[in-house]
Amino acid sequence: MDNFASGFRDAFHIIVSLDPEFFEIVRLSMVVSLTATFLAAVVAIPFGTWLGIKEFPGKRILVRIIYTLMSMPPVVIGLVLFLLFLRNGPLGDFRLNFTATAMIIAQFVLVTPIITGVVFNGTKDRGPDIQDLARTMGASPSQTVWLLIRELRINILSAVVTGYGRAMSEVGAVMVVGGNIKGHTRIMTTTIAMLRNMGEYSLAIATGIVLLLISFLINSLLYHWQQER
Amino acid sequence: MKFNKLNLLILLLIIALPFVSACSNSSEPAPAEEPAPVEEPAAEEPEVADDYEELTNTELILATTTSTENSGLLDFILPTFNEMFGIETKVVAVGTGAALQMGVDGEADVILAHAKEQEEELVTNGDTLERFDVMYNDFIIVGPPSDPAGLLDNAPADVNAGYALIAENQAPFVSRGDNSGTHIKELSLWESSGVGTPSGDWYIEAGQGMGDVILMANEMEAYTMADRATYLSMKDDIDLEILLEGDETLFNQYGVMAVNPEKGDHINYPAAQRFVDWILAPETQELIAEFGVEEYGEPLFFPNAK
Repeated sequence: MDNFASGFRDAFHIIVSLDPEFFEIVRLSMVVSLTATFLAAVVAIPFGTWLGIKEFPGKRILVRIIYTLMSMPPVVIGLVLFLLFLRNGPLGDFRLNFTATAMIIAQFVLVTPIITGVVFNGTKDRGPDIQDLARTMGASPSQTVWLLIRELRINILSAVVTGYGRAMSEVGAVMVVGGNIKGHTRIMTTTIAMLRNMGEYSLAIATGIVLLLISFLINSLLYHWQQER
Repeated sequence: MKFNKLNLLILLLIIALPFVSACSNSSEPAPAEEPAPVEEPAAEEPEVADDYEELTNTELILATTTSTENSGLLDFILPTFNEMFGIETKVVAVGTGAALQMGVDGEADVILAHAKEQEEELVTNGDTLERFDVMYNDFIIVGPPSDPAGLLDNAPADVNAGYALIAENQAPFVSRGDNSGTHIKELSLWESSGVGTPSGDWYIEAGQGMGDVILMANEMEAYTMADRATYLSMKDDIDLEILLEGDETLFNQYGVMAVNPEKGDHINYPAAQRFVDWILAPETQELIAEFGVEEYGEPLFFPNAK
């Protein structure tokens, strides 16, 4: 239990000491996860909404594939991308391995099915009614999608929050494609994994505590914003 | 998309499957714990057997560094030990720092690591019993075949000169950066080569294990310091070549220590005691020397127990 007690002490110490190296790690974690979640949301919200209101052959199998991808282990995504990005691999010319860009791509691949799946679930229940409403008002297809997104924004918000949570907490994919390089691709979760391997348990716990604090702040902000609307 | 009862049943079965098989697994070893082979080999070696405490728990936790596990050495030698004493050895392969910490915390029963000074500290503090030399392997400097810092031409066997050349040319170098035995060794070499504390874009601190660091160096066409065992086990899949080897300061001594049984009843000292004696025994030392010869044409570890 000593590790937890000293973990809280270290966490407090890290926050008040404003250690630049640690803040760079926090900054990069947020940049990578927020960028990946934003890009995933741009793709997944329209796609999930469309999937919720549209009927077409093969839809059931597509939905099942998306649900399966929702539980894809991050380390598998990391491995597949790593192999694609290898110097001699198919995308080797871009030299993406061990860059922050590769980490964003990995989290994007991870989060997109999650946001799509949650948005789809919310849309398929209430979507048809809203669609009928739009039709009676004579809305164009793009106006219909816009109306859907507005009406279902709470569900969409929780989809994005879930996706962001998954991106921020993920370690398997970013460790493989990012490499945990100090000052370049080291983020909070890879730091925790590294500290554990070094036997620095209380520092690892401290980093975990800071990670949770940040998640709490971001979630509070998002829900506050949601309630004001 | 409504579930009928059959669908629901199938789904429940699928979800329950892992739990069912987990249960049957955990119940299996129970009968295996009884058999007599624990006594048998002990009877063959009466001289040492008298010193051993009775073996009540057949599970031994060995904390070791990634190099012994990744190289395949433990898979090669451990079955002999397990069969001989009817012990099930659980290997936890982590960085040296974590392996030693497991000893301090009483989370392991026996430690096999390669950071002599820190290991002796554990002995002094009473965390473990006496430390014994087991074997050594050596570090090598590997790098891209183009060898931009010119190690092969100018310093093929002088690590201080080699490190100075790398720093001078600002040639990319991937460091373990994880406080492992290898990392500590590497830092001491930068110090002794006159570079001091390396810094700059060329010096890449990975904070990962040896295998990952070798892969990274390969991808980034960078230099790195590796233990020969891990490098040889990966050699076929990578372009990196040995550019500097044979300097005596690159030798890497492994030691074994039993965790102090006074740390609590959960420490399996009887099994640890058997492990320490076994790994130092001439037969095991020969086995260590054989490892890797068939596959790589050269041994990976050199036994040197006294």
